[in-house]
Amino acid sequence: MKVDWIKKTKEGIQVKDGSFFVDPIYPVKKAIITHGHADHARAGHEHVIATLETLAIMKERYGNNFCKNSTVLKYHEKLTIEEVKIFLAPAGHVLGSAQVVMNFANQVITVSGDYKRQDDPTCAAFEPIKSDIFITEATFALPVFKHPNANTQINLLIKSILNFPERCHVIGVYSLGKAQRLIKMLRNNGWHNTIYLHGSLVKICNLYEKFGIDLGDLEPATIQDKPEKPHDFYKGKLILAPPSALADRWSRRFPDPILGMASGWMTVKQRAKQRGINLPLILSDHADWNEILTTIKEVSPKEVWITHGAEEALIYECSKNNLTAKALSIIGYESDTDL
Amino acid sequence: MKRFAELLLNLILTSSRNDKIDHIVNWIKDSNSEEIGWGLSIICEELEISKVKPSMVKEISKLHIDKYLFDLSYDYVGDMAETVSLIWPEKNDKNANFSSVTLTNVIKDLINVQKKEAPKLISNYLDNFDQNTRWAFLKIITGGLRVGVSSRLAKTAISKYFNKNIKDIEELWHAFDPPYKEIIEWCREIIEKPKVKDKPIFRSPMLANPLEENDYKLINPISYLAEWKWDGIRVQLVSMKNEVKLYSRSGDDISNSFPDIIENSFSQDFCLDGELMAGSIKIPGSFNDLQQRLNRKNPSKDLIRNMPTFIVAYDALYIKDQDIRDKSVIDRRELLKAFILEEKLSFIKFSDEVVFKNFQDLEGKRLQCRQDLNYEGLMLKLRNSTYEPGRPKGPWFKFKRDPYSIDVVLLYAQRGHGKRSSFYSDYTFGVWNGYLKNRQLVTVGKAYSGFTDQELLKLDKFIRANTTNRFGPVREVEKTLVLEVAFDDIQKSKRHKSGLAMRFPRIKRIRWDKPANEADTIEDLERLLNVRN
Repeated sequence: MKVDWIKKTKEGIQVKDGSFFVDPIYPVKKAIITHGHADHARAGHEHVIATLETLAIMKERYGNNFCKNSTVLKYHEKLTIEEVKIFLAPAGHVLGSAQVVMNFANQVITVSGDYKRQDDPTCAAFEPIKSDIFITEATFALPVFKHPNANTQINLLIKSILNFPERCHVIGVYSLGKAQRLIKMLRNNGWHNTIYLHGSLVKICNLYEKFGIDLGDLEPATIQDKPEKPHDFYKGKLILAPPSALADRWSRRFPDPILGMASGWMTVKQRAKQRGINLPLILSDHADWNEILTTIKEVSPKEVWITHGAEEALIYECSKNNLTAKALSIIGYESDTDL
Repeated sequence: MKRFAELLLNLILTSSRNDKIDHIVNWIKDSNSEEIGWGLSIICEELEISKVKPSMVKEISKLHIDKYLFDLSYDYVGDMAETVSLIWPEKNDKNANFSSVTLTNVIKDLINVQKKEAPKLISNYLDNFDQNTRWAFLKIITGGLRVGVSSRLAKTAISKYFNKNIKDIEELWHAFDPPYKEIIEWCREIIEKPKVKDKPIFRSPMLANPLEENDYKLINPISYLAEWKWDGIRVQLVSMKNEVKLYSRSGDDISNSFPDIIENSFSQDFCLDGELMAGSIKIPGSFNDLQQRLNRKNPSKDLIRNMPTFIVAYDALYIKDQDIRDKSVIDRRELLKAFILEEKLSFIKFSDEVVFKNFQDLEGKRLQCRQDLNYEGLMLKLRNSTYEPGRPKGPWFKFKRDPYSIDVVLLYAQRGHGKRSSFYSDYTFGVWNGYLKNRQLVTVGKAYSGFTDQELLKLDKFIRANTTNRFGPVREVEKTLVLEVAFDDIQKSKRHKSGLAMRFPRIKRIRWDKPANEADTIEDLERLLNVRN
């Protein structure tokens, strides 16, 4: 298929000779941002177009001056830039995450951003949009990745907390998306006890609540202000922290902690072991192998382009089905850390 | 089977020794005798399934996935059993009976299956097990558990649960094949302790204590016998009714790795205690040489020819139908010496007595060890002492040569594992190379031990405050901190930039007071190397 209005540059995905970019790595004049994770949503662009939620997340993380001006674009709301007709569709990745659907010269090209197909009570579900070219992520594009139903993992966590009343659970979660999804799913599965948060998770949790997602009782995981010794206080409690804090001295203040991690990478046992994880929870905000293949079928593109991740396997699988696929190999999207 | 798979998962995800023992104990509680026996044989890597080969697993996986995708997956996961267990398609209509299949059922099937039928059997199990059970099932076939449990730890768990002496368990262990029915029944006190007189069993070795300053006064040539402490690995060579076994000091059967030792015939039964060395009696090799032979099952003929092994025998526990552990060192050694002469064995050397006049004389002998690669120091044994398993205080002392020590500069640090997993506790250090302005620090080694918990906190703090660069998990630090490092030996090596490698380096002192430019140089280290060779 001949396409001359969209291409990969060092900034990322460039549209109409630089009229705008999708998730650019470097500062540009006009950027459409798919979701708030730091590798996709960078500060310093002049004009940012995104969902209300994504803009709010960027503002929370980078401050009011993260861009000169911004445009809110709701899901399915139409916008035209340089004759390219654009709308956003839910991607099911995190709050506000969107696919960018672009139509020009009778070609529909969709950039998926990061996405998943499993249920997530904290964001709108992925909508497949028929496209000529589907530009997809491939973080978990290997047949070994088959994420189990997320509820099974939530129940593993609840069971473990109940089984070890003398210990505390410290679970590593990415501060945007994973933390809130885990909390909300715990609530939906009947766990209503207070959950304690590492400082770096607090802001985004508050933001989710502002958008109407009730996360129940949350408190900072501090040690100075507790009535008992921290060691006694945290017995049987659940604490969430960013993955980096698990390996840090920070986690040492708690009583004999069981260290967990909620991530798609926890599929591989030796990988969990290497990181010193006692309780691996396979809970991912990315599509697994089967979800990616299903999604491609539903989108039924003529070509698949792959932004980042395990490209070789997906290219191979597409070509087996007579579908042209190529890797864009965008450097700067974190493909190896679903943390 | 599902319960055993859970055990393996729990073991892989715990790093603490005590937690691992607890997991094994809990599993023993949930299992019957036969399951316990089979399970332990898997954990101790002693179960041999001859009809189902690991290669079969890869073959079968090709039914469900093509080679290219399999190879990409395997390359990513890095473990055959785990890769196949993950790739295997999840069947919707699993046979519910499989959730109650026992470990015993599985093992018996694997042992009894006809080779032709094996692929069907494996597929059927994989179709009906959940992912974790698939993984454990495939691990039984492929071996290489990698759950971080030694056979000694597994035996410790049994001894703890059944309240039996671990030495008794170790002695009985190799007398029986999996599933060790007699041992478990004896543990459960269903039967009397089985007699194992006719089997090449492992006998718990007698261990020595380090000779400390207040022990010096005990040492005189009338009470104590001295021998060189050879620098190899401690082994026990046993032959009973023409069955020969070689055991490591922890009771692992290492016969497969040393056919050059065990494929000899002997005219009588015996059990010898000694040191396995590389090279030949005439030209012994260093510990470094021996490392080429360690942990290699079924070594090639070439390797055996190029790097043969021999045993320096210093004690005997059993000779000519007789357990002689109650006899004195002197008597045992006489019997041993006579045995070696009678059997005319080219690969067993008798460990000669080192004659000394007094303690001072002995000290001088110990200093000589610095010039000889094969001696790690001296062993001192009370002449009239009997052979007691364990580490009794008094009868046996080891009098090691002093370690070397140098002052190095801390260059990089990495977080440790287990108890230390959040602290920077693995240190890479270097010494100076070159002159004046061209002087640079080159890496010479890595140390993980020797410091106290208090010192670790201080080192950790120093590293966090002085990081200049990060490479993944590794931090490069400001090159200002001098460490005094002790080590046992030095060898040429390509591993480090300096071309030298130390044996067992550990942090002796942290020299907060010493400026980095006063640390040692590569020439200082090379001088030590020359002294040794």
